[in-house]
Amino acid sequence: MNNHILQIIYLIGSLSFIVGLKMLSKPNTARKGNLVAAFGMAIAIIGTIFLYEGIKSSNYIWIFGGLIIGSILGTVSAKKVKMTQMPEMVSLFNGMGGACAMLISAVEFNHLKHKYLNEALPQGQMIIIMLGLIIGSISFVGSIVAWGKLSGRLGDKTLGIQQVINIGLLTLILGLAAYMIFWSPSENDLYFYSIWAISALYGVLFVMPIGGADMPVVISLLNSFTGVAAAMGGFLYDNKVMLVGGILVGSAGTILTVVMCKAMNRSLTNVLIGNFGGNNNANTTTAAGGTIREINTGDTAILLKYASKVIIVPGYGLAVAQAQHVCHELEELLENEGINVKYAIHPVAGRMPGHMNVLLAESNVSYDKLIEMENINPEFATTDVVLVVGANDVVNPAAKTDPSSPIYGMPILDVENAKSIIVMKRSMKAGYAGIENELFYQPKTSMLFGDAKNTLTKLIAEVKTL
Amino acid sequence: MLEFINSNIEIIYLLLLMIFVGIELIEKVPSVLHTPLMSGANAIHGVVIIGAIIIMGQAENTLATILGFIAVVLGTLNVVGGFVVTDRMLEMFKKKK
Repeated sequence: MNNHILQIIYLIGSLSFIVGLKMLSKPNTARKGNLVAAFGMAIAIIGTIFLYEGIKSSNYIWIFGGLIIGSILGTVSAKKVKMTQMPEMVSLFNGMGGACAMLISAVEFNHLKHKYLNEALPQGQMIIIMLGLIIGSISFVGSIVAWGKLSGRLGDKTLGIQQVINIGLLTLILGLAAYMIFWSPSENDLYFYSIWAISALYGVLFVMPIGGADMPVVISLLNSFTGVAAAMGGFLYDNKVMLVGGILVGSAGTILTVVMCKAMNRSLTNVLIGNFGGNNNANTTTAAGGTIREINTGDTAILLKYASKVIIVPGYGLAVAQAQHVCHELEELLENEGINVKYAIHPVAGRMPGHMNVLLAESNVSYDKLIEMENINPEFATTDVVLVVGANDVVNPAAKTDPSSPIYGMPILDVENAKSIIVMKRSMKAGYAGIENELFYQPKTSMLFGDAKNTLTKLIAEVKTL
Repeated sequence: MLEFINSNIEIIYLLLLMIFVGIELIEKVPSVLHTPLMSGANAIHGVVIIGAIIIMGQAENTLATILGFIAVVLGTLNVVGGFVVTDRMLEMFKKKK
């Protein structure tokens, strides 16, 4: 009887995941969709605790203890995290899921070993356990490395023959696993723990060389890996809600990864091999000969004050300087002067798609002021001043004009069509792609050096005095 | 092997169908929603917690208890953290009146 009710609960849970994910992909239903999925998860968890057959009552204390600790830690860290650190937080949570799948495999392996003492382990179950272990470990360790890189704790590192090593390791993992499953050697413990260790190592080497700008793509990919690892539990326990939840994320995550790559006009292989930051010899010579024009905050304030239309192009510099609130303040100030102010949002500005939207929305910038690239591009021609705040590669004309540039083909914001362009930057350092930006040398462009927050604060003061 | 496939044939059907459902669901997502969607999906794969609860509930020795307990904590972190973070992101998208 209990099991029958549990199966119905799992059915509702699975349905809520599908509906929730569907709603999450539309702007006006997204928030509800998240709640729908959370509801499905809640009933599936509660149902499992109370209705699953074979749960020993003496273990309830551990289950509830774990749930309570996890809930408190999860809620507090998710509530406390700053919007700028959102990407690494998602990565960290993803890693936790991967670790969970990995531990399940470890326990089930030991379980199976005791059940089939001195016999060959059943191949079907072993395939599932090993897949859960391998994918879970890669996802866990990879996510932790991605988290470390995004939060600046780890840098990009590439060994010269990285790709060869990675392919070698992966072959070794699969080879050992196949040998262990199909020829069942007597020392299967040794194999199991070696495969575990090598998978973890592979996780490190897989993420380490990938450039910071590509991190969102990798997190999305690792996210779908964890989905697949979770789905393995569906096989182990003949549990349909685990299978549905896991596989949905596995396949939707893979598609999302591809969509993200497309938004940057790059292929997935390109991202994974990580040649983005690698070939920085392409474009350095063409633009370096030009001269730049510096401007001070006073002159910028005058330009802004007498403009009738201003577009702000935010980038990672804005996020780093935590300048979103001052930026909003400046926007309101100009709006009150009767100036039309909009934000141009490049799909990959910042470190994550949608990063700028989240950041600016946090400082209460109205949603309809954030204009996506396709809609804002025709407007630059009628714009007096474009204020580029800490963005670089997304406004680099080389993406359109220079076929040898690593970012060639990436859609960019056509800021050069505006009457004048002011670029706020900390220094002349190249952007994430590691290439020069011709835009900075154009006669219409003026450079305003300094930290985005300080500069914007000064700018507000100057505009007020005019 | 054959026996394994046969005894799990239902779930294999489900697996194949879900792959296609997942692909269909994500068609044409505005880029603004990429991050929240990824984060929401991240919370959904936290369903792995159910496996953790099962191994924890059935644990008979110390090792299984310790590993199971850690798995429950980590799985819960994934679920709760994932949904809360997604909600926080989406909260910011609401239109101002």
